[in-house]
Amino acid sequence: MNTRELLTILSNSTGVSGHEYAFSSVIKQAFEEFCTSVYQDATGNIIGIRKCKKEKTYKVMLAAHMDEIGLMVKDIDDRGFISFTNIGGVDSRILLAQEVIVHGKEDLFGIIGAKPPHLQTEEESKKAVEIKDMAIDVGMDAKKVKELVSIGDIITFRSPTSCLLNNYLSGKSFDDRAGIICIIECLKELKNTDIDVDVYAVATVQEEVGLRGAIVSTYNIEPDIGIAIDVCHGETPDAPKEDTHSTGKGPVVTIGPNIHPKLVKKMFSIADEYNIPYQKDVEPGNTGTDAWAIQVTRSGIPTLLLSIPLRYMHTTVETLNFNDIVNTGKLLAFFIKNLKGDLEELLCY
Amino acid sequence: MLLKELTEANGVSGNEKEVRDIILREISGYCEKISIDRMGNIIALRKGTSDNGKKVMLSAHMDEVGLIVTGFTDTGFIKFKPVGGIDPRILVSKKVLVGKQRLPGVIGLKAIHLQEPNERKQAVKIKNMYIDIGAKNKEDAEKKVSLGDYIAFDSCYMPFGNNLVKAKALDDRAGCAILIEMIKERYSFDLYACFTVQEEVGLRGAKVAAYTVQPDMALVVEGTTCSDVPGAKEHEYATTLGDGPAISIMDRTSYSNKELSRLLYSLAKENNIKVQYKKTTLGGNDAGVIHLTGKGIPTATISVPCRYIHSPVSVMSMEDFEGCKKLVKLFLEYINKTKQEEENE
Repeated sequence: MNTRELLTILSNSTGVSGHEYAFSSVIKQAFEEFCTSVYQDATGNIIGIRKCKKEKTYKVMLAAHMDEIGLMVKDIDDRGFISFTNIGGVDSRILLAQEVIVHGKEDLFGIIGAKPPHLQTEEESKKAVEIKDMAIDVGMDAKKVKELVSIGDIITFRSPTSCLLNNYLSGKSFDDRAGIICIIECLKELKNTDIDVDVYAVATVQEEVGLRGAIVSTYNIEPDIGIAIDVCHGETPDAPKEDTHSTGKGPVVTIGPNIHPKLVKKMFSIADEYNIPYQKDVEPGNTGTDAWAIQVTRSGIPTLLLSIPLRYMHTTVETLNFNDIVNTGKLLAFFIKNLKGDLEELLCY
Repeated sequence: MLLKELTEANGVSGNEKEVRDIILREISGYCEKISIDRMGNIIALRKGTSDNGKKVMLSAHMDEVGLIVTGFTDTGFIKFKPVGGIDPRILVSKKVLVGKQRLPGVIGLKAIHLQEPNERKQAVKIKNMYIDIGAKNKEDAEKKVSLGDYIAFDSCYMPFGNNLVKAKALDDRAGCAILIEMIKERYSFDLYACFTVQEEVGLRGAKVAAYTVQPDMALVVEGTTCSDVPGAKEHEYATTLGDGPAISIMDRTSYSNKELSRLLYSLAKENNIKVQYKKTTLGGNDAGVIHLTGKGIPTATISVPCRYIHSPVSVMSMEDFEGCKKLVKLFLEYINKTKQEEENE
């Protein structure tokens, strides 16, 4: 399987939080190649299980979320223009002249517009246009639009993946479809190798609206170790340097209260041992990722967080370096291969 | 499809070659004379059947608004400036193609999580934007991209809705497509189809093309603002999508010749073609320089309404486009008839 191509397919797919089912079959199929069984739970999470030969062993859960941010239909005016609100954190400044798909009874192509610039005062044109002053144009009269579209229908961005130089890619939902590809890279690396633990590959739902898929899937699986794979902010000219990490320099490993101290040390030593590049990130509290939910499931789960640096997160042109995904997959695989025998010593305080 | 090919070709003002080449290929079999002048305008002559020496000029501009490379950051991002009138706010989170090699790039913006609350309320200024092509650093970027390389929006031609299309550069590839059709017919007068350069930076190409041709009358075929969208009051609609081609009365650069404008309007009405007057007086087009050429040239403008003009996602109605095409043809046929009648008298 070409994982770079799969990332393109996943990012181009549409699955706003709560509506991930549209492409869950693609993920199921990808997991099936490497897992002994794959199922979908009641909340919509896709869970692939890769059993090892040992009976009654430890369970390692790898979680990446499949949902994306998007928009929702609020109203339809008497000329057929659709007003909307956001699902998840959307910067209104990215929305003007954006292409969208309105998921009504049919998928309708649309464009986000606003009051034309020549009708705005100088003062107005210096300001960002607010979502309430924008409208989606699907190019049909009100009667037709109202027939096909209902209030509450989901709207996704249309932004096919572009290949930039040096293995950089740009697309609309690498947050966190990139994480899913890391899991697949890891499973690929583990193929035909004997390991001592069972691996649970989980594509979680509804992360962007409150880490909900991770809450129930972790409860359900009850792992001994939970590893979330998400994205973090990549370095760009307009972002504060202290809040970002370099792209192309390997996965970012988080340290802080959300993270199990002994496990993370092991992660660092594995990366050093196998010469896998990585970066460190200190998060003093909530990591805002599935890791935050995983850690406090049932009686508590030792948790890790790996992140891929991503430029322009939550825009339609999220940009990453694919080498970071490959290295994240490798790091996960080597970490798992090195979980041998009794892990009590490693997991206790 | 020609309109798809024309709109997906990149021709930011000063860099119209891709568009020019398509047009030359399309018209080469039909014209007695095709010249490309020193500015890059195409002046195509369809010789008339009579030797009365009357000249009618049709004009459509090949160029589109876009961006140009003005520098690099040390980390390999491209700095740019706009070419033509662009609202900076439409540039954020968009895909672009850089240079002749059409190198993909994106205009990003730092994530919402990294912004201060008051920052989110302000429009991003172009001087704070940059293009990401995935270069490792400045040197790497400079290997692929040079200062002055032109940058176009990356946006495909897409039919949607009720017989509409979305594309970039409908202003004025729609006009170019119509002129390509018009040049295929022969009339009594000499028909000059001028595909002009640099309209978006100050009507530069048409000025010299009109000087060269010295026509007896001119018709500019344009894509124009259509502001019939939420946020605009009805009286502010410059044109309305689906109400047919728009005929200009005046704008910032010219008064249309009244007789020609009325003729266009009545021809449309007589032939059951939807038609509208352009209701605002803002903006301008090649008519502004053509009508002041030499001793003065009677000039009118007919336009296809385009919503979200000067953005990667301009929208026009195919019905308006077809109506515009028909009306230009009727106009030429009418002139043909009256010129012949004048001669017979």
